[in-house]
Amino acid sequence: MSIEISQFHQVFFEESSEGLEIMESGLLALGVGEPDLEAINTIFRAAHSIKGGSGTFGFTAISEFTHVMETLLDEMRAGKRLVTREAVDVLLEGVDRLRGLLGAARDGVPADADDVAATSRRLEALLDGGNTGGAAAAVADVTLPAVTGWRVRFVPAAHLFQTGNDPARLLRELMALGPSRIECDLARLPTHLDAYDPESCYLAWTVDLDNDVPEAAVREVFEWVDNDADIRIVPLAGDGPANEAAATPALTAVPAPDERRSGDDRRQHEDRRAGDRRQMAAAPATASIRVDIDKVDALINMVGELVITQSMLSQLAADFDVALIEKLRAGVAQLERNTRELQESVMSIRMMPISFSFNRFPRLVRDLSAKLGKQVNLKMTGENTELDKTVLEKIGDPLVHLVRNALDHGIEPPDVRRECGKHSAGTLTLNAYHEGSNIVIEIIDDGAGLNRDRILAKARERGIVGDQDVLSDEQIFDLVFAPGFSTATVVSDVSGRGVGMDVVRRNIKDLGGVVEVESKTGEGSVFRIRLPLTLAILDGQLVRVGSEVYIVSLVSIIESLQVKPDAVSSVAGQTELYRLRDEYLPIVRLYDLFDVAPDSQNLGDGLLVIVEAEGRKVGLFVDDLLGQQQVVIKSLQTNFRRVDGISGATILGDGKVAMILDTAGLIHLSRTQYQPARRWCAERQVA
Amino acid sequence: MASILAVDDSASMRQMVTFTLKGAGYDVIEAIDGQDALTKARGKQADIILTDVNMPNMDGIALIRELRKLPQYKFTPMLLLTTESAADKKAEGKAAGATGWLVKPFNPDQLLATLKKVLS
Repeated sequence: MSIEISQFHQVFFEESSEGLEIMESGLLALGVGEPDLEAINTIFRAAHSIKGGSGTFGFTAISEFTHVMETLLDEMRAGKRLVTREAVDVLLEGVDRLRGLLGAARDGVPADADDVAATSRRLEALLDGGNTGGAAAAVADVTLPAVTGWRVRFVPAAHLFQTGNDPARLLRELMALGPSRIECDLARLPTHLDAYDPESCYLAWTVDLDNDVPEAAVREVFEWVDNDADIRIVPLAGDGPANEAAATPALTAVPAPDERRSGDDRRQHEDRRAGDRRQMAAAPATASIRVDIDKVDALINMVGELVITQSMLSQLAADFDVALIEKLRAGVAQLERNTRELQESVMSIRMMPISFSFNRFPRLVRDLSAKLGKQVNLKMTGENTELDKTVLEKIGDPLVHLVRNALDHGIEPPDVRRECGKHSAGTLTLNAYHEGSNIVIEIIDDGAGLNRDRILAKARERGIVGDQDVLSDEQIFDLVFAPGFSTATVVSDVSGRGVGMDVVRRNIKDLGGVVEVESKTGEGSVFRIRLPLTLAILDGQLVRVGSEVYIVSLVSIIESLQVKPDAVSSVAGQTELYRLRDEYLPIVRLYDLFDVAPDSQNLGDGLLVIVEAEGRKVGLFVDDLLGQQQVVIKSLQTNFRRVDGISGATILGDGKVAMILDTAGLIHLSRTQYQPARRWCAERQVA
Repeated sequence: MASILAVDDSASMRQMVTFTLKGAGYDVIEAIDGQDALTKARGKQADIILTDVNMPNMDGIALIRELRKLPQYKFTPMLLLTTESAADKKAEGKAAGATGWLVKPFNPDQLLATLKKVLS
């Protein structure tokens, strides 16, 4: 029987990484000195599963490594070992190594052997300092040369059947070891039928096995019934009891199965397995998703509804009569409802709770605050808020960066905090919630807050802001996201060299989100990330230019207005700017950009849609605003090619294709086109 | 063909065991922990129980103890999947009524060989 063990690897890796998370969060929550038994048990079980799985699926190094951790945990569980800070630290380190080992095994690359060995040593050092005798040498199988076989006396206890064991099966096993003669001993049978209990075992057997297999092989047959039977095994020599037994007519000879063949099979099987493993390493890891069974059930349920509606409609269509129009309407309404529900539940499959991303922070905060000598309490709320898996994966790094920043720059050292009259331990809060079709993630610290003056000074020094510019607090705080900006006087290895925040903003922008900061000196800061729940659907505003319909992402629209002709100024003869309150915004005539015929080229006849991206605004000139709707984004790049100013396309209700405008791209286009205007605009705004 | 109740909280182990057993032609009932297994065992008679030891909700030993109390499982072979480090677990398992055990890690061939030991 050959089974490709590698087919289970994917599941094993997935569940192991879940197991590691359980171990990590369990260890972090473990109170030193006052251990919660159930918590230790949970950690132990996770380690135990990883060990069992890795051994079974051929990752012996992982199995061996986990074994030591498991032993430590087992001792804690049994109360033989105290839960010390040191032990927790080493175990956490072990979790990291395991993560590395598993990752390496998954990718088919070698793991960092030095690190693993170092952690292994630390774990072992923790396990009873001098305990090296754990691996007692296995008892050698000593077979006396004169032995030709074994005589086995097997007297089962009366209760043997109740353990699920059956003497017949045990004898069958024994007989498989070689030619044997069996004698049944009826001496224990009750003489009276009344005394006979059908659930008890009264028989006993003597077996002569004519094959010099190791004694251990014989013992193994009875391994499970060691305490439920009286078993005596004595060697049979050339002459002696064996010959005597041979004379007994009741004994039957049984041939031994061909053992060598099965051995060969196994070797072949292992060769093949090694081959598969090599193949696995070459194959790219496939992305998979674990879905709550309830979600799948809901989906199947909805498809069922859809099928019912469909059959109802086709029945209607088969012999349609105008009198049935009401029924048809009802059917179509039902179809619409089914479709919407189906869409929602399909989307929900990709949704995962943000806790997948938040879970790493307790550890990060613990390690980092120790390194920085700060005391920090981490609070997390809204961990069950769900968002798209892709968004979830991509938001991890920016979040880590913001949390590191908050710890490094935000929260003050304990002595400074005490001087300011605050609790010596700072609080870092991670909060997530839904707001419309967005998810909002907040990183809140109660530290010193952003230093307005220092940021401004730095920005002036770097030439990001002119010497005479007057900026609002909001604008100043926003400068921390400018490229190459860092206010840390000493560059630390904790939160980088100021190359981070602009990357954070860019990553979030790539996801269609925004990040903003609020801060109060002495009270702390709030970094707020707003992301779309999914990348597949967009809340869009439909706008019309001539006969074409375009879609503008609703989140990027600030307002739409009718153009007041006297607010339009023209620069360098071609670039138009619109004065909106105290700002000058470039006007982008969409008909001009996309070369379509508009209703009117006169600005006063149409509407201006003010959009913002990357902190810059432009006015898009369109003929009309149509409705708002959710649209499914189809990639233009995969179906056609990349087009500047357009982020994708969608199909409208009437079957027409509409382009989705890329706000940031449009602004970029307008900037390159309207260089002179910018200069003019900058001069005006300063004045 | 014999039906086997396979109990393990680890999805990969369960998959491997199920796949191996189904490949060998057995009917397999899967359960994710002792509690689940107990419910399923009551619902449908299994010929052999194959259970992991360490599981949440109800561990393998408690499961065997509970099952042995049921008349229909009085003589059913019940095997523990355990690790070599847990010698005391074997004794505990036996005391609860386990028929035998299979030491982890095991490969599919070893699993099938062990099962043959308890098949009539």
